[in-house]
Order: sequence, then structure tokens, then C-alpha cells
Amino acid sequence: MAKYLLLKHYRGGPTPLHDVPMDQWTPEEISAHVQYMRDFAARLEETGEFVEGQALSPEGTFVRYDGEGRPPVTDGPFAETKDLIAGWMVIDVDTYDRALELAGELSAAPGVGGKPLHEWLEVRPFLTEPPTISE
Amino acid sequence: MDEAVLRTLAPAVIGILVRRGVDFATAEDAVQDALVEAVRAWPTDPPRDPKGWLVAVSWRKFLDAARADTSRRRREALVELEPTPAPGEPVDDTLALYFLCAHPSLTPASAVALTLRAVGGLTTRQIARAYLVPETTMAQRISRAKRTVTGVRFNQPGDVSTVLRVLYLVFNEGHSGDVDLAAEAIRLTRQLAARIRHEEVAGLLALMLLHHARRPARTATGGRLVPLAEQDRGLWDRHLIAEGVQVLQNALARDRLGEFQAQAAVAALHADARTTEETDWVQIVEWYDELVRLTDSPVARLNRAVAVGEADGPRAGLAALVDLDPTLPRYAAVAAHLHERDGDLVTAARLYAEAARAALSHPEVDHLTRQAARLNALRR
Repeated sequence: MAKYLLLKHYRGGPTPLHDVPMDQWTPEEISAHVQYMRDFAARLEETGEFVEGQALSPEGTFVRYDGEGRPPVTDGPFAETKDLIAGWMVIDVDTYDRALELAGELSAAPGVGGKPLHEWLEVRPFLTEPPTISE
Repeated sequence: MDEAVLRTLAPAVIGILVRRGVDFATAEDAVQDALVEAVRAWPTDPPRDPKGWLVAVSWRKFLDAARADTSRRRREALVELEPTPAPGEPVDDTLALYFLCAHPSLTPASAVALTLRAVGGLTTRQIARAYLVPETTMAQRISRAKRTVTGVRFNQPGDVSTVLRVLYLVFNEGHSGDVDLAAEAIRLTRQLAARIRHEEVAGLLALMLLHHARRPARTATGGRLVPLAEQDRGLWDRHLIAEGVQVLQNALARDRLGEFQAQAAVAALHADARTTEETDWVQIVEWYDELVRLTDSPVARLNRAVAVGEADGPRAGLAALVDLDPTLPRYAAVAAHLHERDGDLVTAARLYAEAARAALSHPEVDHLTRQAARLNALRR
């Protein structure tokens, strides 16, 4: 049993196979895409593998400490930042292969013309508790 | 009566309901409801016969559920015809439940969840918290697992090794949430060992006890991991060690060695040494040889290389690594340790950093990063 993050990037991954921005899809295509993601999450809830899913607003602010008694410094948002995270899903599965299988399924979400998007998703394991028995 | 004692009664009560003709999934739900009621009612109104109370209340819960569900009219009719249970139980229901919940048709995660609920008597919420998943997810996982074993005959004797794998998983996943999973695994393994005379059940129990004994010394403040060589051995629980050694000796005396006994033997040799230097590494290597013979597992070979490094020097340890796949978990950490002992601090520091990047737990990442930092500081 291990938790994995399925990370969806707007930018920053390998070159996408289909690169039509969502605002140029038809409303029906967008609805179909969103519905696919919902159904996917619902299916994972039923298999007992769903932990959570969230989407992020694309615009963020960078913040850092600026010394005692001073307000934090902010910077951004940067419209052209190289890596942009769109959202994620956390799954709890038996094996790494199962995580890959599910990521593959999620990547088949429909895009333009209702065809699979073949979107690159990043799969990252969560750090866990150390195993009790290690020697 | 404390909750742990209450929970020990759960599997037998499920067994009684199943024997009265209730299907396993429904029986398990009814007992779970009765346990919840017991936790509420018993502190102020303790029953004279706790098991009898649980049977009666579970039965009522089952009837309530059957009546509430109009689609189950047929079953209700069936209940009216219910024969009274035969006196004396020819088969141990608790044992039967262990086999059912570890049935080979279940995935490891489902078998673990079902075992903790039906055999362990834990609530879905407690199990969900322990594994850091939402309660709805855990509820689904459990109900799917129940559906998977629906067709399995309750009293079928199973393969004890599948049960042991499930209990090992529960123990080894560490402890989180309000349930101590390691302690729960030990409780369930003790209960199993009391019901079945099997050398590997005893071997696993010994392994758990010997590792649990070291738990107070394994982490320092802030969850920092303390490696075996640096542990304060005064913190080790000598009672648990004595018990573990005793259980292991009884198992080994039966002369049917298995992987858990071999692992427990290694743990017993560590427990026996007052310092790392006093450790009988030669004997530990011999036990790893047995373990490699029994399992052919690369992890056993990796651990064997560590022991060889202590018994015959770091060069011998590095030589033992040669045939292993460098992408194995902890390979880089082991290689780093051996290179450091061999005096090659540059390679060791590089490998510790590499190991930190590949480690899968936070305390290990921290520990390995600190090791790399320590060596890099020495070189400056």
C-alpha cells in the first residue's frame, strides 16, 4: 500500500501531444473532459483507492521572509513561469504498477473532438513511515 | 472492560452469527454495530457475560437491519426458521476468520483492512485514520473485500502463510493515527499463535516482539531515526526480548525453518549483544545465508552484505554487493556505509546523497542527508 500523487501540469512536462489550449475547445468538449475526471474519481472511491483531488488556480504569488518585524516580501504572479501545476489527485494503491495504470487511464481524458488527450501526468510517491523491520 | 479486550471477542461473535446462517458480510456489519454500542454502554452498565451480550446485541442489530430493508423480506422469513446454534463449536471461528480475511483472492490492501475490522474489531474510522485515507475510501475498500470473499466457504482451512503476510504488513507499516498498528499486529499474531501450532506463526510473533522491543530506541526527538549501531540499548524492552527469544527457541526446536524464524534469529542476535562490537556477526551472516536459501530475496542478499561487511570487513561487504541490482531500495545506503568504513569518504558521501534522493520515508531522507552532510563537512 502506498500513496501516489498524480500531478497535472499546464506546463513543465514533456512536450504535449495535443497542444490546443482549453479555451479553444468547444464547451461540450470541456464538459466531457471534466465529466471524465469526475467519473474517474468516483470509480476510485468505489475501489477504495481514492484519497483526494484538487485543482489549482493558475496564478500564484511567491512569498518569503524578510527579517524580524518586517512584512513578508511578495513577488509575482509570473505569467510565463516554466512549470505550472494545474492540480492533482492522490491515490492509495497496492503497487507502483497500479499507480501507472491509473495515471494512464486519467491521461486518456477526452480533449478536442472527444479524442483522448494523451496528456503527460507526473506520478510521484509520497514519503511514508519508515518500515519497522529494516535489517 | 477496556476496548482491546472487547475487540478480542469480535471474531468469535461473527463466527456465531455465520453459524446461525447469516452471511459473513452482514454478520460482520451487525457485530461492528454491536461493538459501537458496547463502547457506549459498558462503562456505565457492564454486562456479566460480555460475549453473551455481544451475541445478543449483534443478533438484534442483524434483525433490525434485515427488517429495515424491505428487499430482504425473504431473509427475514428465513430467520424465523433459524435453528438454534448447536452446542459446542467444532471449528475455531476466530481461526476461520483469519483465513477468510487473508483469502488469496484479496489484494494486500483489502486483506489488511478486512483483517483489522473483522478479526481486530477496529472501526472503519480507526483503520482509515491509521492509513491516512478518507473514511469513505476505507469503507469502500472493506465492503469490496467482503463482496470478494462472499462465495468463500467460511470454514475452509486456508494457507497460513497468506495470513502471516497480512499480519507482517500491518506490523511493518509502522504506527500512525490513534491506533498503534504494530501493537495491534502483535495482538492479532499472539491470538493466532494461541490457536494454531505452527513454527512460522511463532517465528513471526518472535520477530515482531524483538523489533517492538527496540522501538523506544529507534527514534530520537523530532522523529529522528537512530541507526541500530547508535541506539541506547538500555532503552530496549528486556521483557519483550526475553519473550521473543523464548517463542523463537520453541519454534526453532521444531526443526522446520522458515523465513520469519530466520529473520527473528537475526533480530535475537542483535538483541543479545550489549554493543554493536559484541554482535555475533558471523552467526548473523549464517542466518542470512539461510534466509537467502529460503527466499532468494534480493533484500535478504542486501542485508547479508551489511552483515558480511561487519564480519569480514568492508571490502568483503562490497564484494557481496557485486551481483545485486543497484536500483534496489537501500542499495545506495548500504554501499555508502561500506565505502565509508573502507575509508572512501568521497564515494560514501556521494552515495549517501543518492540514497537520500531515493529513500521513501521522511526520517530516512533526513538521516541519509545528514550522513552525506557529515562526510562532506569532514572533507572540508
